[in-house]
Amino acid sequence: MKYIGKIPEELKYTKEHEWVKIESAHGVIGITDYAQHALTDIVFVELPQVGKKAGQFKPLCVVESVKSVSDIFAPVSGDVVEVNDNLSNNPEHVNQDPYGIGWIAKIKVFDESEVKNLMNAEEYKKYLEGLEH
Amino acid sequence: MHYVSNTEEQIKEMLDVIGANDVSELFKDVPQSLILKEKLKIPSALSEMEVGRLLKSIAAKNNTGMISFLGAGAYCHFIPTIVNHLLLRGEFFTAYTPYQPEISQGMLQAIFEYQTIICNLTGMDAANASMYDNSSALAEAAIMACRIKNKNKILISRAVHPEHREVVKTYTNANSIELIEVGCSNGTTEIGEHKDFAAILVQQPNFFGLIEDLNAISDFAHENGALLVVSVNEPTSLGILKSPGSYNADIVVGEGHSFGNPISFGGPFVGFMATKREFVRQIPGRLAGQTVDSEGRRGFVLTLQAREQHIRREKATSNICTNQALNALAVTITLSTLGKELKNLAIQNLHKSHYAVNSMENAGIKRVFTAPFYNEFVVEVKDLKKASENLIKNGILPGLDLGKFYPEHKNRMLFCITEMHTKEQVDELVGALSSD
Amino acid sequence: MKLIFERSVKGRKAVELPKLDVPLQANLIPEEFIRQELDMPEVSELDVIRHYTALSRRNFGVDNGFYPLGSCTMKYNPKINEDMARLEGFSQLHPYAPEESSQGALQIIYELQQYLKEISGMDAFTLQPAAGSHGELTGIMIVKKYFESMNEKRTKILIPDSAHGTNPASATLCGFECVEIKSNSEGEIDLDDLKSKLTKDVAAIMITNPNTLGLFERRILDAAKLMHDNNSIVYMDGANLNAMLGIARPGDFGIDILHINLHKTFSTPHGGGGPGAGPVGVKKHLERFLPKPSVEVVDKKYRLNYNLPDSIGRVRAFYGNFGILVRAYTYIRSNGFEGIRAIGENSVLNANYLLAKLKKHYHVPYNRTCQHEFVLTDKYLSNDVSTNDVAKRLLDFGFYAPTIYFPLIVHGAIMIEPTETESKETLDAFAEVMIKIKEESVNDPEILKSAPLTTPVSRLDGVLAARKPILRYERTMALNEPTH
Repeated sequence: MKYIGKIPEELKYTKEHEWVKIESAHGVIGITDYAQHALTDIVFVELPQVGKKAGQFKPLCVVESVKSVSDIFAPVSGDVVEVNDNLSNNPEHVNQDPYGIGWIAKIKVFDESEVKNLMNAEEYKKYLEGLEH
Repeated sequence: MHYVSNTEEQIKEMLDVIGANDVSELFKDVPQSLILKEKLKIPSALSEMEVGRLLKSIAAKNNTGMISFLGAGAYCHFIPTIVNHLLLRGEFFTAYTPYQPEISQGMLQAIFEYQTIICNLTGMDAANASMYDNSSALAEAAIMACRIKNKNKILISRAVHPEHREVVKTYTNANSIELIEVGCSNGTTEIGEHKDFAAILVQQPNFFGLIEDLNAISDFAHENGALLVVSVNEPTSLGILKSPGSYNADIVVGEGHSFGNPISFGGPFVGFMATKREFVRQIPGRLAGQTVDSEGRRGFVLTLQAREQHIRREKATSNICTNQALNALAVTITLSTLGKELKNLAIQNLHKSHYAVNSMENAGIKRVFTAPFYNEFVVEVKDLKKASENLIKNGILPGLDLGKFYPEHKNRMLFCITEMHTKEQVDELVGALSSD
Repeated sequence: MKLIFERSVKGRKAVELPKLDVPLQANLIPEEFIRQELDMPEVSELDVIRHYTALSRRNFGVDNGFYPLGSCTMKYNPKINEDMARLEGFSQLHPYAPEESSQGALQIIYELQQYLKEISGMDAFTLQPAAGSHGELTGIMIVKKYFESMNEKRTKILIPDSAHGTNPASATLCGFECVEIKSNSEGEIDLDDLKSKLTKDVAAIMITNPNTLGLFERRILDAAKLMHDNNSIVYMDGANLNAMLGIARPGDFGIDILHINLHKTFSTPHGGGGPGAGPVGVKKHLERFLPKPSVEVVDKKYRLNYNLPDSIGRVRAFYGNFGILVRAYTYIRSNGFEGIRAIGENSVLNANYLLAKLKKHYHVPYNRTCQHEFVLTDKYLSNDVSTNDVAKRLLDFGFYAPTIYFPLIVHGAIMIEPTETESKETLDAFAEVMIKIKEESVNDPEILKSAPLTTPVSRLDGVLAARKPILRYERTMALNEPTH
């Protein structure tokens, strides 16, 4: 049976399985429960540098499992203002709590209207159910 | 003599199982026009006795009977007898890269020990499982530094081995990295005014055998926000010289062949590469790491593999795959055997080479540079061609003609004296060199 | 098992040098350069022998048993090769010895180049690259230099999705952008996809033939023609050349640049991961770009030619992994033309025989005559038993595991290459075990999931090793090994 995982209502989602939570012109970014499950044990998160300009759906950083490497794409455009340094020593947080202590980066959003290109929780759930694997 | 096991009868049985009449049917996917109709123009097979005779006759055309004082990147050192005995164990030398760790603990642990020994020698935090040789390791270090610093310019000392500089140039050309040579008119590196570079590459001891002032070069690199890359071409020097790590080097590469690997016309050798903890994820090549098995027992695996080409493909830190594992094993066994005697070995190199220089100076042969040196040195000869002929006449291989690589050093020879040379051999060299 | 450092006993020695026979002098090197500590194991000669003998017994080579590691060509490594490489005339020869003193070594290089030209159909060779991936890098540098010499800016390299990871890594190292070409339903390059991506800025394609599925690219001539019509270069990864020895030649099917792995096709041992050698062959129009120096014959004397103005430069100091070249030379002379052909025939015969025995039991994604290797999948395994479980279980039966999860385009790939040196009996025994493992997946899946049961350690925690890397021994390191 396919693993769908938790999909919090209040977040927005990408087709590449990132989530973003927008609050007062800032967006907190992470990967979804489905993604952490598919990637298996995450062993390293190559955090973006603070100050990096992220473009919507452009590579933001990289996460590694033992035998794979995956790009993480920015759900919205903006400047990286904070990263979750805790992940350097505790990459397992992404597996344990992808929507909480496993967050990856916080960005200052350029254009909040980009959110319309993202999925809400219900749309993401349907999208996952429609995927082949 | 060939090594196929199937008999004619077995081949028939096997074809029956496959459902083919003839082996040629198995190649039906190869377009007919491509199937070779004629025999390859290669001599007919030889028996073991014949091939042995042939190779011995070819080997005999190489004259290895003369006394050699050649170094310059290929050093003749003592290899303990046991090294070859252990290397020839088929479990090691006929194994592939340890992809199945449960059945490859021998090689994985040996790599872990090798990494530890290289770290101890160089004073660095982490070393990889090996590189092809010193030259390619140095080139990879240049690329690694550019990646870390996100810059496109590298400084390299002219006192780095000339062939290593050529290899770095080939690699940096392909990567569109600017490579700037830093001079060494007095034999040691003169840093000069440079800005905005990713790293400076120096060799210690340098190609002329001289000991570089790494404190000054390290400050220069770090004040400019760049990395210090130190290349150790003659690693026995680390038995007596301070480690590059103690000068705050960021990447250390070198040649390991001096430990347990014969000179063998320049290969196979074994490059090493070590770095600081903060740059471990940028290092190319394989890494062995410690872990536990399902019962909590210590074991070793290849780790941080996501850096490598088989996973990260075009985004890998390097394309390196096969390395020099068996040569690295020779390094590990040799250094385990030498142990702390390595210090004595280095001391012997130091004293014998200084004895040679003193004797030459007493005989009126001038040493060219004044900086402290380890086991190699440059001397002036009146007429290089004549001096070479004279040495050969005395059964001695000439030293390296420095003019071949440095037009400014015509009629200068580079000699290397190691623990392998006796006082008598050194005296013969001095005699032959001063006789014209 | 202990590490060599954990066997160290203060004051113990394995070796002693002769007494220094020159006068001791003071202050040869300023104090500031002198090292204070030297952390090395202190062990006896017997300690070293026992330690590394014990380590060797925790390792597995071709000498121990069948090693069906796909694309790695783990054939028998003839012992005579080792003896020949150790002849004093080769092993004690200095790379800067005068050419007159190195005629034998230069002859080996020159003649080996001739043999490789004849076997591969290429026009010129360099033996300088130290490994297959080093050869690839050299080849792609030649591609880059070639277009520079034509004043053409070409930025892309096409790479099939079934390619080995070194291909894109090598292309990127030279600043090229990699463009993936799809495989079609028969496991070959999709020529329509190739056509659609073949723009004017494509410098080359990197082909593996036979490809990593063990299949011959039947439309190789069409693919090469498409590339050549676009003035692009066809590069071939020769990792799988074993299948074609004496049968067909890459130089005859449009390959412009080829690298060969001497440690695969020409029997030099893998040494637990090297040393290898990765000679590169090219067609005439690319010869001038090969690394320098080259080896030539002038007046019946061999000499090194450094005067090659168009060369990409050196890719390695000296002349490559010479000792490996001696082994390959010995192997080619031992086999002769007739033995070389027997390698090609029997490697393909062995693979097809094993495939025929296994295809009733394991899913075969591309059901065709294979070349030197073939790929199975995990599809017919029961109870969630994975490809990895099969690989681990094979270790319990005294076999090494096949290459797994590669090529990436096959789900749960099990890639098997028996090589020509294995006998029918060995293949029968392996097939029997593979079938037994398939049955175990139905009747006793737990044994598969906990395998291997007979090795010195059980499955290792790769996640721990990557999350908390320990890459060297430190004296403070806690020993968590139970005493036996």
